[in-house]
Amino acid sequence: MVLRYLHIACVFLCCVPVLFAQKTEICNTCKVSTITQAVEMAKPFDTIQVKAGTYKEHNISITKPLSIIGEGMPVIDGENKGEIITIRSDSVTISGFTIVNVGTSYTTDYAAIRVVKSRNFTIRDNILERLFFGIYLEKARQGKVLNNTIKGNAVNEYNSGNGIQLWYSDHVEVTGNTVQNVRDGIYLEFSDHIDIKNNKSIDNLRYGLHFMFSNHNTYTSNLFENNGAGVAVMFSKFIIMQDNIFRKNWGPSSYGLLLKEITDSKLTRNTFENNTQGVHAEGISRMTFTENDFANNGYAIKIQGACYSNTFSRNNFLYNAFDLSYSGRMNENNFDYNYWSDYYGYDLNRDGIGDVPYRPVKLFSHMTDQIPEAIVLLRSTFTGLMDFSEKITPVFTPPGLMDNSPKIKKNKW
Amino acid sequence: MLKIIRYSFFDLARSRWSYAYFLFYLLLGTVLLFLNNNLSGAIITLMNVNIILVPLIATVFGVMYHYNSREFTNLLLAQPLKRSAIFTGQYFGIAGSLSLSLVLGLGIPFAAYGLFRSAMIWNFAVLLITGVALTFIFTSLAFNIALSNENRIKGFGYAILLWLLLAVVYDGIFLLLLAGFQEYPLEKFSLVATVFNPVDLSRILILLKLDISALMGYTGAVFKQFFGTSAGGIFSSLMLSLWILLPLWRMRRIAKKKDF
Repeated sequence: MVLRYLHIACVFLCCVPVLFAQKTEICNTCKVSTITQAVEMAKPFDTIQVKAGTYKEHNISITKPLSIIGEGMPVIDGENKGEIITIRSDSVTISGFTIVNVGTSYTTDYAAIRVVKSRNFTIRDNILERLFFGIYLEKARQGKVLNNTIKGNAVNEYNSGNGIQLWYSDHVEVTGNTVQNVRDGIYLEFSDHIDIKNNKSIDNLRYGLHFMFSNHNTYTSNLFENNGAGVAVMFSKFIIMQDNIFRKNWGPSSYGLLLKEITDSKLTRNTFENNTQGVHAEGISRMTFTENDFANNGYAIKIQGACYSNTFSRNNFLYNAFDLSYSGRMNENNFDYNYWSDYYGYDLNRDGIGDVPYRPVKLFSHMTDQIPEAIVLLRSTFTGLMDFSEKITPVFTPPGLMDNSPKIKKNKW
Repeated sequence: MLKIIRYSFFDLARSRWSYAYFLFYLLLGTVLLFLNNNLSGAIITLMNVNIILVPLIATVFGVMYHYNSREFTNLLLAQPLKRSAIFTGQYFGIAGSLSLSLVLGLGIPFAAYGLFRSAMIWNFAVLLITGVALTFIFTSLAFNIALSNENRIKGFGYAILLWLLLAVVYDGIFLLLLAGFQEYPLEKFSLVATVFNPVDLSRILILLKLDISALMGYTGAVFKQFFGTSAGGIFSSLMLSLWILLPLWRMRRIAKKKDF
């Protein structure tokens, strides 16, 4: 019996914060008409409901657990004066706001919403426009950034910020966001265990997604289109990249995906379309590339130095100007069961695997790696003849570099 | 001279070869555009045709026409006409009719496709201009060869050799030189080497107009910087006209001295 009372008391006590949590409504004509004021008056675990209207505020500092919910997309206008919302407490939710006019500074990274050293935050369904930095997570953990739309108006790299930036953060879920016209769409630095899913990163000045020193991250089903230089993943380990689309990253120094110093990562079922370089790899090892589509790229894969023990299997290489560019004479990577649209071998025993190995490196692309200026002979008659003769009797291309079991038909999964 | 141009032109315009040439381009253009629906890809394929077939046809056709119309030429020479006028007239007649086949053969399908409303119009214009320039260049070279060689077999041999030299071998030597001097900065050299060969120059002028030029990286940027300026444009058109004018001048000189 005593135990039972104790149990009820326990349940009751646990509910206290919830029971006593209050709802404050604010609107332009209410008694409490600014968010700053409402936040100051609120007790921990309160909910603040913000009605539609325009609130000209900046430096809203949230230091206690609160839910701030916008109804009918109220606008918070920072009037270019600086940072707008700073979260310095655990368990804060911000949703349903249109946040505009973040101040630009060359010394401070002003953000529309910044989370500092906090846990369990949720930032969802906001629209951020005319911004410097969008959502800036600084040493934040176990939070969610969901379904936000970030639309910048970045013109130059030096005075623009990133859409979603994570710095020393971990276990954060970034899902369903759209980031456009900022410097880097999503930027991660020293952030681990981040799950990036279903985001769209389009028309950004520099990278759609940018990783630095961030391990154990997963990004799936994202779209990266028409970014200045594509997606860059650098100096990281144990990254899983799956079902992403890298499209239309076209320009002299642009690529779908730049991999630099990456180890033990997986690249599966991604689509690379119309990029100058689908994948540009430097110093990658123990990576697996499986079931990816490379279509209509300038170079499907460009492998620079120091790439060891990588596996490329069951990929489709379709109508790229060059399937593979490889520098160096030694090959430590493995290619098998890929479909190459340039393969003209035969399959006598009809097992779906070509009887003649395919050499993905054309002599001309090999030459241009040695002598970059030779690219001026692109699509000339001579290089066509040269590639043809090399195909018949290979002399110059790295000897081991071939697909011993090329597929006759496109890989399906 | 105008009379001779007109005569040669209409003589050729009525010939089967011109029709075949015209129909070939018409068919090629139509197939590429309407079965492929990729304007940029069509222009790249046509560029390949442009740099291989146009010079070849112009050379062979030029040599052939000269040898076949020997008797008529001798008849004209018996008349009180200037020799330079006779040969220049014939030259413009043949180059003009070949160019007309090219321009009409490619122009009609492209016009039907609605090119004039698309942004690709300039790329196509560059394609046609270089095609016409190559026709004029290789016809004049062919006339030179034909006039210098009485022996038909020798003439044809030299003509093919010349085509091979400019369209294929030149690039091979170019590549060998690039490989040999790869320790040195080669942008300027490759720029100069490209400008001096009309086939390479045409190819680069077309490529730079297309998306594919992004593949050319740093070297492409140097080229773009040069050809993008008006000075580069003037210089490259000057180079192409020089390739027409020099052989033309030599042709007239040979014609004057030659004993028929």
